[in-house]
Amino acid sequence: MTRAERRWDGLLFVAPFLLLYLLILIYPLLRGVWLSLHSVDLFGDGRFVGLANYARLAADPVFGQSLVNTFLITLMIVPVLTVIALALALALNRATRSAAILRGVFFSSAVLSVTIVTLIWRFVLAPDAGLLGELWTAFGWEPLPFLSAPNLVLPALAITTIWWSLGFPMLLFLAGLQQIPQDMYEAAALDRASKWTTFRRVTLPSLRRTTILVIMLQTAAQLQIFGQSQLLTAGGPSGASRTAVLFLFETAFGRWELGYASAAAEILFLIILAVTLTQYWLTGRAREGEDGR
Amino acid sequence: MAASVARDRLPPLVWAAVLIGAAIMVAPLIWTLLLSLKSNTELVGNSGAALQPPYTLGNYVAIFGSSSTTRWLLNSAVVSLGTTAGVLILASLAGYGFARLDFPFRRSLFVLVLLGLAIPSQAVILHQHQLFADLGLHNSYPGLILPGLIGPFGVFFMTQYMRAIPKELDEAAMLDGASRFTIFWRVILPLTVPAQSTLAVFTFLGSWNDYWWPLISATRSDMYTLTVGLAASQMNYAQTSGLGFLMAQAVFASIPIFMVYIIFQKQIVRAMAGAALK
Repeated sequence: MTRAERRWDGLLFVAPFLLLYLLILIYPLLRGVWLSLHSVDLFGDGRFVGLANYARLAADPVFGQSLVNTFLITLMIVPVLTVIALALALALNRATRSAAILRGVFFSSAVLSVTIVTLIWRFVLAPDAGLLGELWTAFGWEPLPFLSAPNLVLPALAITTIWWSLGFPMLLFLAGLQQIPQDMYEAAALDRASKWTTFRRVTLPSLRRTTILVIMLQTAAQLQIFGQSQLLTAGGPSGASRTAVLFLFETAFGRWELGYASAAAEILFLIILAVTLTQYWLTGRAREGEDGR
Repeated sequence: MAASVARDRLPPLVWAAVLIGAAIMVAPLIWTLLLSLKSNTELVGNSGAALQPPYTLGNYVAIFGSSSTTRWLLNSAVVSLGTTAGVLILASLAGYGFARLDFPFRRSLFVLVLLGLAIPSQAVILHQHQLFADLGLHNSYPGLILPGLIGPFGVFFMTQYMRAIPKELDEAAMLDGASRFTIFWRVILPLTVPAQSTLAVFTFLGSWNDYWWPLISATRSDMYTLTVGLAASQMNYAQTSGLGFLMAQAVFASIPIFMVYIIFQKQIVRAMAGAALK
């Protein structure tokens, strides 16, 4: 074997992945940008319309509302989820058997698919056939129409999502807690620091990177929330729970306006990209901070 | 470094809060299980009947009698196992190439792969759908599996892992006259089993639970995966089989994934530790 061959044969190892990657990820990405500048329906490749799709999006109240709904539900989910996951990790970071069982209980829902989660929660939330309805009636109250009242539907979807998504953030916090050196706690104990001071001065600062990771991963995930609203409410009542990705789905596969849907996809892409880049930037800063300590 | 585990006792109030939380986590699951054990007629207009006997396994028997649910289970198994095998093969090969070989454009190609980590699936899924329509791959196993193979995370993960293996191993094998592929297959790959199992568990979970892609790609009900089949069942719920049967389907569909979770708990926890350390 000559040297030149040796240099190129490394490419053979990465080629199978790279070819699929270029065909199924990069090509659709570029085609999406191109299509977003065209007016396209089911038939043919359409005509060039410049930024008209984007201008139409900016003026479309349905898209606007779907973006607002997406931001609102993300705001309802991420802070609550982060705080509960951290609290659970703090409480269950113990070597006892009961702590291990409870960790399993709080993680169990995370392995379910979105269709099973919505199936379960449909019959928890439904006022006539649901668990909460039965509970409310047992107390003599009127069951709340969680999925059909415009002001209750987003919180109901948020609760469903928090129940579903708790497991992984809790595990991340548990892993973060276990990496805090024990001698930092011993030093705090020697200084007779109270539990609260120890938590604020030792635990929280050591968890900074984990916390950034959890918040950013969850934000990026919830901005793409789709199955819950598609399956539980179909975006209703009258659009009160339509999310940005559901808008995308309806525009592309309900009305087959591919150019318009592509433009919406690019907007969503930019928003999520901004979140991802913020995460890299914050993590980088947190790391510099730790190295400098 | 000793792992930090709290040794003090939990205050009773905190204990109570944790137990209430656990009850909230479990209650919907138990409710589902109870509903699945009731006959459909008893539940009509009265889901509260689920709290009292008699219970029956009739709905589960009906699942095995209906060809569609078992067909969806088979589809899910084929797609998830196919995706997992494909990801392991592609990511290991590419990881070996990027981590241990030198070839032209290696750095820029690796950066190109890393950029993919920032591309959300929503940005490409419409055009993947068009591409697969052009290729005539919808409603087929390759159509359901291929988009699962291009996630850059696996390549990134295997590259990191293989970089940490000492270079001397390759050099010694090279002196013995082994080819690149023999070194990869006989020397390096056996050392990556822990990483392979972690990647396998996460790929399998992700693929088994995937909803968006099979929803738009598998439009014929005999090609549905379990997630899409259950979505269709709950959309048609009013007309069809009844609440007990629907919930039995949900329980039936979650059994395989719970088994995977229980068997591979260690890999999941270890992967989280890795992510928190990153």
